[in-house]
Amino acid sequence: MRAADALCEALKAEGVEHVFGIPGGASLPLYDALYDADFEHVQVRHEQGGGHAAEGYAKASGRVGVAFATSGPGATNLVTAIADAVMDSVPTVFITGQVRTELIGTDGFQEADVTGITMPVVKHSFLVTDPAQIPEYVHHAFHIASSGRPGPVLIDIPQDLSRAEIEYEPITGKPKLPGYQPTTEGNIKQIRIAAKAMANARRPVIYAGGGVINAGASEELRELARSDDFPVTCTLMGLGAFPAPDEQWLGMLGMHGTRAANYAMDEADLIIAVGARFDDRITGKLSEFAPRAKFIHIDVDPAEISKNVAAHIPIVGSAHDVLPKLTGEYRALQADPARLADWWQQIRDWQEKYPLSYEDSEDSEIKPQFMVEELYRATGGDAIITSDVGQHQMWAAQYYHFPEPRRWINSGGLGTMGFGLPAAIGAKVAMPDQQVVCLAGDGSLIMVCQEMATAAAHDLDVKVMLMNNGHFGMVRQWQELFWDERYKSVEMGPSPDWVKLAEAFGWTAAACDDKHALPEAMRSVLETPGPALLDVRVSQTENCYPMIPAGAAARDMVG
Amino acid sequence: MAEPQTSELNLDDLEVSSGLTGRKHLLSLMVENRPGVLARIALLFSRRGFNIDTLAVGPTEDPDISRITLTVDGAVHPIDQVTKQLHKLVNVIKIRDMEPEATVSREMALFKVSASIENRAEIMEFSQIFRAQIVDVSRRTMTIEVTGTDDKIDAFERMVRPHGLVEMARTGEVAIARSRPES
Repeated sequence: MRAADALCEALKAEGVEHVFGIPGGASLPLYDALYDADFEHVQVRHEQGGGHAAEGYAKASGRVGVAFATSGPGATNLVTAIADAVMDSVPTVFITGQVRTELIGTDGFQEADVTGITMPVVKHSFLVTDPAQIPEYVHHAFHIASSGRPGPVLIDIPQDLSRAEIEYEPITGKPKLPGYQPTTEGNIKQIRIAAKAMANARRPVIYAGGGVINAGASEELRELARSDDFPVTCTLMGLGAFPAPDEQWLGMLGMHGTRAANYAMDEADLIIAVGARFDDRITGKLSEFAPRAKFIHIDVDPAEISKNVAAHIPIVGSAHDVLPKLTGEYRALQADPARLADWWQQIRDWQEKYPLSYEDSEDSEIKPQFMVEELYRATGGDAIITSDVGQHQMWAAQYYHFPEPRRWINSGGLGTMGFGLPAAIGAKVAMPDQQVVCLAGDGSLIMVCQEMATAAAHDLDVKVMLMNNGHFGMVRQWQELFWDERYKSVEMGPSPDWVKLAEAFGWTAAACDDKHALPEAMRSVLETPGPALLDVRVSQTENCYPMIPAGAAARDMVG
Repeated sequence: MAEPQTSELNLDDLEVSSGLTGRKHLLSLMVENRPGVLARIALLFSRRGFNIDTLAVGPTEDPDISRITLTVDGAVHPIDQVTKQLHKLVNVIKIRDMEPEATVSREMALFKVSASIENRAEIMEFSQIFRAQIVDVSRRTMTIEVTGTDDKIDAFERMVRPHGLVEMARTGEVAIARSRPES
């Protein structure tokens, strides 16, 4: 069998139903094989879009997302998506064509050392040197991408090798990778100590991250939180792991988190970190982060434990395996819930004193926060929301309440502007029966607007709610607050006319600049069949608050 | 069901270990013998801001496995974090943080030293004390091969430097665990 056909067989054996990509010279044999493959190829308009679509597909469904690109520029266009996937631990497999073996190292046409370029941003990569390896590498790639701490795996295939003839035997059984054995179960002795610490804590907080969603452990997290009256906060990546709103829910923590969540971390005597990595957007000034707390840190990646904040009780394991054991051990201790009463009193005080709030307009001006609240109402909190990066992303995290995991898809770690639209395309391909809405920023959407053609060509029912403030809003905010209002290159001006642009791509589009007309405009766009965009003209200079200034401590939140 | 147990534990008693050990660590890595593995390790060190003090790579008894021996300063870098990051590389099969007392380690070095008629005898005398071999001689220089622990090589360097050290090449340490006496 031709190696490229064996590649498709192996992908099929992995359960692949969709791949995203763009063909090119070095991937001609792969695309020739795709002609006969049993799964669908979604042709995108830029490889970065294909990469983010694969991420959106994976984040929405929990399945491995797959993207193809050709050699050279095709492959380098994927790099941002690969780096994004490694930062947010997204299970993805990227397959690139490479120039013919004899041309490697000669600076051949469309040659780029993509395995070299991506080495710091992949979980693992394979450069094929023998075509017979291809099926095995596919299985290894899927295993590595989806197990342990998920992440991106690259397979780079020289063109001559993908068209070579090989003996193909379907491969079954567990991949043999002597250097790759993720620990998932968690040490029971450590779990018992953790349970005791929780039983003795008077000011505990559960701090949950994207690892909970990756592990499919949202139910298990809820069980743990309900085993007593534990307050819960989530990172940007963890939103939806615990239902919002909820009595025990403190809101998101970190730079634009709620005061209640950040103050609770600051005052806590025990922090139970689950699938979270103490990123600088969470800790602020590290030396003043949660100064009174002891830390239980549960993570499937041992290297995350004590990387930024030293853990008193480290537990290496998947949230899915560890949390039920921890809940069981904790329940057995029969701790007295009354010990948390004072703590809750304190938290309720903060919540009452510092709710998330904004000053709504008195005229028809649309405040961006109002737009998010309206989107929440219009979708009943039931849509998959993707976003770009910036103010609109933070407002979405604050004002859209995610009741379930995998409803909130955004670029947290790398902070990739332009992530939202292609991710929405991927999410819609994965979950065709769910409503998918991209809450876009105008600075971000322009970076990937070509993918509107992808949605139109495949008639994908994605909606874009464009929060159009005419600025790179978050940068503008920082220039205002921290750089003496010396605004430089943050204004976008009136171009493009988004309605015309969307229509040119074959979308339905409308604009709205009146608060009173917004609910109806949103409902109308959401009910329009096929891809549709609503250009929402919001206040241009609204700032996103509250905020912990970079490098400051949680108790120094402003706004 | 969980076993019955006492629930006593004072949060104040919980402690963390400081990440820094304050000493040199010799890490022995068994890695898959394939292209790119050394590049992945080197990149990991540079990306995470870890310094490699010495590095030696070579084959092992198994042709599919190479051994990389490297030394890292535990006073500057948390060794725990270094090894955990290395473990994440799929091609790294095994890592041993070699205990100094339970390890045989050796390094080889070549010293090219200025050797005039006057100091030649003295250099040869040092070499004998250090059980070093003179492997090349010219009218103005001598090249000496020294094998031993890195301390011994450092000591030899201190002895010959005043005579004029023209060039020096060191391999970096390689190490193997000591067998127990009875085995």
